[in-house]
This record gives sequence, structure tokens and C-alpha cells, in this order.
Amino acid sequence: MEKAKIYAVLTGIFHDVFDNDSIIVTPDLTAEDVDDWDSLSHLRLVLSVEKSFGVRFSASETGKLKNVGELVSLIEAKM
Amino acid sequence: MSRDMYRDLSWLPRMPDDFAAQCRSAANAGQPIGERIQSLASYALDENALTRLARLIAETMAQGMPLAPLIPFRLAVVSNATTHFAVPALIGTAARHGIALECIEADFGQAVQEALTPDSAINRARPDAVLVALDHRGLPLRPSPGDRDAATATVAACLAQLNAIRDGIHRHCNALCLLQTIARPPEATFGSLDFALPGTMRSLVEAVNRGMAESLAGSSDLLFDVAGIAETVGLADWHEPKLWNLAKIPFSNIFLPIYAEHACRLVAAIRGRSRRCLVLDLDNTLWGGVIGDDGLDGIVIGQGDATGEAHLHLQQTALHLRDRGVVLAVSSKNNDRTARLPFQRHPEMLMKEEHFAVFQANWNNKAANIIAIAQELSLGIDALVFLDDNPVERDLVRRFLPAVAVPELPADPALFARTLCAAGHFEAIAFSLEDRRRADFYQANARRIALQGQSGDVDAYLESLDMVITFQPFDDTGRSRITQLINKSNQFNLTTKRYTEAEVQAAQAAPECFTLQVRLADAFGDNGMISVVICRETERDWEVDTWLMSCRVLGRKVEAAVLQEILYHARRQGIRRIIGHYRPTDRNALVADHYPNLGFTALRQADGGRTTWQLDVATAPLHAVPMQVRRSGFAIQDADEIADAR
Repeated sequence: MEKAKIYAVLTGIFHDVFDNDSIIVTPDLTAEDVDDWDSLSHLRLVLSVEKSFGVRFSASETGKLKNVGELVSLIEAKM
Repeated sequence: MSRDMYRDLSWLPRMPDDFAAQCRSAANAGQPIGERIQSLASYALDENALTRLARLIAETMAQGMPLAPLIPFRLAVVSNATTHFAVPALIGTAARHGIALECIEADFGQAVQEALTPDSAINRARPDAVLVALDHRGLPLRPSPGDRDAATATVAACLAQLNAIRDGIHRHCNALCLLQTIARPPEATFGSLDFALPGTMRSLVEAVNRGMAESLAGSSDLLFDVAGIAETVGLADWHEPKLWNLAKIPFSNIFLPIYAEHACRLVAAIRGRSRRCLVLDLDNTLWGGVIGDDGLDGIVIGQGDATGEAHLHLQQTALHLRDRGVVLAVSSKNNDRTARLPFQRHPEMLMKEEHFAVFQANWNNKAANIIAIAQELSLGIDALVFLDDNPVERDLVRRFLPAVAVPELPADPALFARTLCAAGHFEAIAFSLEDRRRADFYQANARRIALQGQSGDVDAYLESLDMVITFQPFDDTGRSRITQLINKSNQFNLTTKRYTEAEVQAAQAAPECFTLQVRLADAFGDNGMISVVICRETERDWEVDTWLMSCRVLGRKVEAAVLQEILYHARRQGIRRIIGHYRPTDRNALVADHYPNLGFTALRQADGGRTTWQLDVATAPLHAVPMQVRRSGFAIQDADEIADAR
């Protein structure tokens, strides 16, 4: 899957999980930038990503992510 | 895959793409907000959608807006695991069952303390019920393989802990408990021996679950069989070690919707909201094929044929439901006499007429029939479940009677029975002698009731189906299907003339013949070829030699559209009159009034009930039909239509 396509799918997931259609998903986006991005919604986000892309992350991978760019690299590595 | 059927709540309609937007605009939908929320909840919602809906419910409550007709219910949750994910799923799902659920969460891992402390958060909240959501990590389940005495002591200790929680809750807040059975972890110590040996995790979980079930006799507490759900969807997927390690999430979140659905069925049953009556379609639901067209020998039912066995399985399932007190009824588009034939004369049928309290076989819309059934049985519309293979009928009933439960059905009849059971509309919290006798109490004599008028605005509904009707003259591609329809259609068939493929080809080529093959597509898909017409010209009149239609598209004004099309071509070819004949058979009473209904006037009447009708082409009124008309393949076309076609 192309990077642009991954970002497009991720944008839909972010809008869904955070119920906010104004979020613009970029590589630099972090939990600081999004209201309600707490540990609970982080898990919900990761689970939604796993379901949409058909991939699975380990607990340590899930915990290490610093920004969306790293999440995308991880998705690419798994697909 | 069947697991996905449960995980995705496949008996519920799919969630619309704009679900989020619909939630945001719910307050402005011109409908009481509680009703709106319930209809949003009626889709197959995933975890994120349920969370969104729960947020909408919380906001509505915070604004002090009434949630009626949703009934309030206060559910406390105690658990050894994280419940933050389950709570929004429970709140969103409860709305599907007509419940405005308020959840009170105990602190993590505090089940026993919360129950036993009189002024704990749970006990002070005075809930209607307490969900005791313990899993295998929340009970003292210490394995002792091979040691029977230790195993017995372990099981007793687990049950004692559960009893202590129940007693505390009964004493301090007088709520009833929903006790979760334990979903066994899939990891075996020995292998197959785990099941034979006392004291293994497998044997202990089995014994605790059984003990829990037995401890409920004489109590108002209820069992919530989570182990049953987990086994149905698969223990390997249910248990997700990573989620437990990360956040003490007790099972995979992908199963939150089905978990919450089962929990809320119990809550709804406590509030007396389970359904009482199953309304069944006949053709292609209780048997394969169409009794009116295929006849007694042509329908598929019974052993020895995969499709026949699939429908038999559904009959068996319906009879099991009847045995436990669910009232059965029929709603079928058929002649009454024809529809009863298989029940009276087909040797393979398990179901008989006397199994049904009401038997509605007629040509009116099913919403009107379902209202009549509810009135006859003195049941609310919301006590009914309607099972039909036809997506258009399902949609019509959902649209006009949103309170009726209408399970989606897969294309394969092998899964009809399973889907009906998975939909869980008849969840019960008790089973009494009275239940066992209820079906008979309703004097199941397959009564037929007269309808009191139609329900709802059918025209508006037909508009919403986005129907596209396509007219073509006979051609080589369509010939075999045309011939099949000519030789198979019995009910909507004015003259019942049978022709071979060679004769159909001759009609296609004959200059005096005007022919139509008609296809219909709608929002639910393509119905394929559904109508055939042959007219023969004599002295500038067209005599309708053949006019037939598939009963699947009955009640959708297709026949009116076909007449418009005949008139359209008749005008262009200078035809004066359309002459129609009705030749009665034992199958086609349905169309006895076809011509007068379309505005034809009587010309003559012959022996044996044959009638002849005429319509003057020049003065025939134009009728608007609720569908888009396409035509192709005709020799003469108007210039503007050629432009349209591009």
C-alpha cells in the first residue's frame, strides 16, 4: 500500500476514534496535538489500526510510538 | 466466516457511512431524541460507533433532555478487569433494546470490597442490577492437576467468593446480580487429558460454571453466559494476552459489540421487553422455490437435498421456539389456498397449519398484515419478529414498523436458522410451565384475518427504492430466460400460454408482434428479467397474447410501468386499441382484475370466466410511475431519447 493511501485510511480512523473530522494526520502529529488522546483512546486507536490494516502490534511496539510517522513505518513493516 | 457473523452482528442492518454525521445531527432530526437514538442503535455498530453513540446519550442526559421512549435502567459493574471500554459499548447497545442505561463503575479490581461495604459507591448508587464481570483471573482458580480434593476445595472457594459478592449486594442495595460464566483460557497443560483430569484449569472452570448455574435456583440473580459467547466465536480470538498485559482488558475488543448485545438482551428481558411472536415468510424462507409458480412438486423441502435440508432446519428451529412459548404466524404474498398446500399435502414438511396462530397469505403489503397479526394476538408491534428472505420486504417492514425486529438474512438458506438464533430476539430469563403451554393457548388454528386498510405511504416508499426499469424487445441474448419465464410463471400470468424457444424466436422475428422483455433493478440489487409481454397486431389493434410478471416484484407498480411502455410504442405505431384477455387457471386468480385495475373497460365475457378488455390508446391516461425508465433495442426511437441514451 502506498504511503498516501495509508495516511488516507489513518485519517478516517483518527476522525472515527476521536470523533473529530478536523484532525489532519501528518507524520509529525503526536498525542499532544489532539484533544482526548489519552491512554484509553490510544489503545482504541491502535486496535482500530490493527483491524483496518489487518496487522498486529506487540505491547512494546504499541508503547514505543512517538508520532504518527512511526506508526506508519510500523504498519508498512507489518504489511 | 461464521465467527464474523457473530462478531459483526450480521443480523442487524449495516451501519451507514455517514453514521457520525447522523449522530451529530440527531437532535435536529425532527424526531424525539430517544427514538432517534434507538434507531441509530439498531445498526450493527462496532466499538467506535458504540462509543460515539454512548457519548451522544451522555450529552443528551447532561442537557436534561428526556430519552423517552427509552426506559431507564441503572447497571453497576464490578470487575477484576478494566471496564472503561465495556461501559460505552453497553450504553450504546442498551439503546438498541429500548433501554436508557446508566452505568456505575466500581474501582478496578474491587468487586468483593464494593459488594461488602454498605456505603460503597456501588451500594450507594442503588442500581437495578449489578454485573459481576469476573473472569478466570478474578477468582481463586489455583490449578492442582490430579488432586481431586484440592480441586473440590478450589471450586468451593470460587463459588463462596461469588456468593459473598451476591449476598453483599442483596443486603446493601437490594439489586439483582448478573453473574458471568468464565471463558476458559485456551492454553492446555497436558492436552486432551486436561478435560479428564480434576484440578486442571479446564476442569476447574467447567466445575465453577456448572456450580454457578446451579446456585441460581430459587434466586432472582441471573446467569450471563460469557463462556458460551466466547466458545461460539472462538476462545483463541476471545482471549488476547497482549490486551490483558497492556491494560487489563479482559477479552479482545473486537467482541465488545457481541458481549454488550448479550448483556443488554438480559437487561431488556428483565424489563419484559423480549419478543413473543415470530412472523414467517413462506416462499424461499420456509421452503425453497415459489409454491404459486413451482407447484407442490417443484418446491424444495426435505431430506436428501442440501437446500431442502436448510429450509427444514429453519422449520425445526421455528418449532423449537414454539415449544418454548413463541407464537408463530405467517405473512406471505400468495393466494391463501396455494400457500396452505405444502402444509396440508407435502410429506416432507415438518410444520403444519396448526402450528400457526395466524396465517396471512394475500397480496397486500406485509406491514399491513403484520399490524393485523399483532392486533389479532393482542400483542404490541414490538413483540414481533419478522423473518423474510426478500430484502425489499424486510426494508419495507423496517421502514413502516420500526418496532418490529427484522433480522437480516444471508443469501445462503443454510444459515437462516443460525442467524435467527444468533439474533437473540427471544431471550428469556425464566421458563415456566405456562410458557410451554402458551403456543396452544393462542389456539393455533391458522386463522386468516381481514385487513383494515393499508399502512403508511407506500408511494413514498417505492420512490425510495431507486427502481430502474429497462425495456427491450425480445433478442437472442434474452431468449432462454424469456422462454423459462413463459413456461414457469403461473400466478401473475394473464393467459398462461406456453411457448418453446423456437416459438419465442418466431415472435421476435414476426413483423406483427410487439414484444417486451423487462428488467428491474433497485437499491437492493438487480432483480434480472421480471416481466414478459407479447402483443399481436390485428387491424391496428394490439391483442395482448402474453403478459406475465414475477411475483417477487409485486406491489411495486411494475405492471403500470409496463402498460405505459406498451402505450408509448402503440402511439408511435398508430395503434388504436389494446385488447387484453384474462384466461383463468387454478393459479392465476391474482390477476383476475388486472385489466380493470389498469383502466381497461370490459369488452366481453365468455364461458369458464374468460374475460376480454380494451383500452383506447389515444385517450388512455398517463400515469406517473415511481421508477426510472430505460429502453434500448427498439427500431423506432425519438430523437430526444437517443440523446438521453448518450
